[in-house]
Amino acid sequence: MQIKYLEQDKLLFFSLEEEIDHHTTKDLRRKMDYEIERHMPKKVIFNFDSVSFMDSAGIGLLLGRYKIVNMLRWRSSIN
Amino acid sequence: MNKRYKNKMQLEILSKSNNEAFARITVAAFAAQLDPTIEELSDIKTAVSEAVTNSIIHGYENKEGIIRINAYIYDNVLRIEIADQGKGIEDIEIAKQPLYTTKPELERSGMGFTIMDNFMDNLKVESVVGMGTKVTMEKKIADKNTNEEKNQEENFYV
Repeated sequence: MQIKYLEQDKLLFFSLEEEIDHHTTKDLRRKMDYEIERHMPKKVIFNFDSVSFMDSAGIGLLLGRYKIVNMLRWRSSIN
Repeated sequence: MNKRYKNKMQLEILSKSNNEAFARITVAAFAAQLDPTIEELSDIKTAVSEAVTNSIIHGYENKEGIIRINAYIYDNVLRIEIADQGKGIEDIEIAKQPLYTTKPELERSGMGFTIMDNFMDNLKVESVVGMGTKVTMEKKIADKNTNEEKNQEENFYV
């Protein structure tokens, strides 16, 4: 996963890669939450261009981040 | 389906999450001989991934156990059986409902059975509490060659 943060706009980008399943979401979730807490961005953007496989664990991962983001009244968008 | 199968595979894996990718790729490789489209292949991979993940998280609750995967080919139908000897499902009808999950704290979306049901043509779930669960799925793979030939013939006559 590539992580990019734009300081002046407070934008956090996650570019996801390869396969997202129950196994890989454990690590992704930890990394994403760390970056979100560290930067407190205004907006979180997920890019799925390079993802070759995703199952319901990926949906769970997204919904989980969406909840956190919503709770703090941030916005998140999916590319 | 009691008809004799054309081909068969059997796979036994430990209930470790890093085996999920291995299981779905193996079944997809076995299914390749039916000449599926990319879309059909990813449907199969996703359905297998859901069933195996269910066995690991819910069946064995992350404890060590064995998951058995059998796949059969009958003419143009792929049949996949995924069985565990985990804790079983109390009420299958409730478990099958979209968004229903017993483990929301793990950020499960509750879409596992819904995805299996939608991506495959047939889904059967058998379970005995304390004994385990067996998921049987079937998918028909359309024969592209005959369609192509037909189209070519049609073009020829037009």
